[in-house]
Amino acid sequence: MSDRYTPQELMVAAAAREIADGDLVFVGMRLPILAYAVARSTHAPRARALYELGLLRDWPAEAFLGTMGDPPNVVGALWSTRLSNVMGVLAQGLADLGFIGGAEVDRFGNLNTSYIGDFRQPKVKLPGSGGGADIAILSRRWVTLLSHERRRLVDRVSYVTSPGYGDGSPGWRGRQGLPGGGPAAIVTTLAVLRFPPEGGEAHLDSVHPGHSVEEVRAETGWDLQVRPGAGETPGPSKRELEQIRRFDPDGFWTRRSEA
Amino acid sequence: METGKVMTMSDAVARFVPDGSSVAIGCCLEPLVPFAAGHELIRQGRTGLNLIGPISDSLFDQLIGAGCAARVTAAWVGNVSEGLGHNYRRAAESGQPKPLEIRDHSNFSIALALWAAAWATPYLPTRTLLGSDIIQSNPDLVVADGLVRVAALKPDVTILHVQRADAAGRAHAWGPLGVAEEAALAAGRVILSCEELVDPEVILSDPNRVLVAEAKVVAVVPEPGGAHPAPVQGYWRRDHGFVRDYAERSRTREGFLEWLQEWVLAPPDRAAYLARLSDTEPLRIRRHRLSAPVDYGDE
Repeated sequence: MSDRYTPQELMVAAAAREIADGDLVFVGMRLPILAYAVARSTHAPRARALYELGLLRDWPAEAFLGTMGDPPNVVGALWSTRLSNVMGVLAQGLADLGFIGGAEVDRFGNLNTSYIGDFRQPKVKLPGSGGGADIAILSRRWVTLLSHERRRLVDRVSYVTSPGYGDGSPGWRGRQGLPGGGPAAIVTTLAVLRFPPEGGEAHLDSVHPGHSVEEVRAETGWDLQVRPGAGETPGPSKRELEQIRRFDPDGFWTRRSEA
Repeated sequence: METGKVMTMSDAVARFVPDGSSVAIGCCLEPLVPFAAGHELIRQGRTGLNLIGPISDSLFDQLIGAGCAARVTAAWVGNVSEGLGHNYRRAAESGQPKPLEIRDHSNFSIALALWAAAWATPYLPTRTLLGSDIIQSNPDLVVADGLVRVAALKPDVTILHVQRADAAGRAHAWGPLGVAEEAALAAGRVILSCEELVDPEVILSDPNRVLVAEAKVVAVVPEPGGAHPAPVQGYWRRDHGFVRDYAERSRTREGFLEWLQEWVLAPPDRAAYLARLSDTEPLRIRRHRLSAPVDYGDE
């Protein structure tokens, strides 16, 4: 097995490390499906996964998944049910961690997956919330994954699909009535950005191997502050890579450029 | 045995889905997407539809590109394994082939909207979508007393693909169900397509599994493979290659129209569509996993 890895493989490993053993994880689409499988097979054997279409699992599907609704994801499920039951679990604050894929994120962790430009006359129509807004509002903490480009990490998003810390002022989420804790980290192709526990603005926490603080700051659309002591993101371990390639054997998610 | 509800997809769509209908279709997110019904809507040239569903994989993108839709009421429109919906983008950004009105939801809020209609109440209050601009861009969502009021959403017709049904319109579906139950109960009428048409004794041996009250169901269409390329638990895998091919060919309007001709307009029905697939054998699930029977004994 090659120990050279792609940016997506590192993102999956970094996302997997956000899952603590015993967590109930609200898994989103695409890379987080792999992140749960890797975490469950390495450091988090007691982590469980909720899938929004109506599934609860305590071990990853043995076969490759192109979507959370592929038949292998139902085999061995703890619960196969309706979407609103899973959303009930989320609404009660029982999901420790959620994952949301992002098209555009800002310094306060607000995500836009809906419209670039005015929503009445959009320049780009993105697919929309899916369960993203629900995860952002109702999970105890959440992590987003996206490609690190200046056009994607912006000072303020033009449309908030999934709220992070709003305008960044202290207590914004509480004043809006949002029950969940908010974003914890942004995992990108270049770095991990992290929010302080009380919320607010994302700081650079670690830079992926082969990249520099200067490069990350240049690809970020605000004046990104660097956490004192910020270092290098550990690359995927041999064990993590083995598990990523076990669950994505053909590189559908982690070894093609658009994934 | 009642057989009046059993009909072809062509007849079901002609009789029960007029132009301008609101249609919930693709209610289970990735699995059980009624692609055969969607393609029949396109072949019959339906226009002015309001498409309702949380995430219908690429079916909404196809219906929008074919000019069937005037409005989409959804949480997510794209291609689940490939990303953006190119027809959705063209319609929203440049009105091609037709302008499209968009009512954004989240997965949770669209479920609540359908439950509200199913329970015949004007709205349901929730904390989800507080702080989201979705409440700015969708007039069906109003903040009052610190909660979001999600207005009831009543489809004229809900179309579901299921594993099996009987001629009276009693359906068994299994695997994750998404919003299928609330969409069916909320709807004015329900069209079922099924992998297998079975005797009522099969269905009534397990009434807990019946998806919706039979009175809602107006048509039962035996349509094996009617969800392809979406998966059907126990019957069909997802055809990832077909989905990728659609994503690539639909990047341009011309490419989409060629795809549409090949896969929707040229085949007269689902059997002809399935015959065009080079080999369906690898897509058929062969390793079956039967659940233990339950005991409905009464004395």
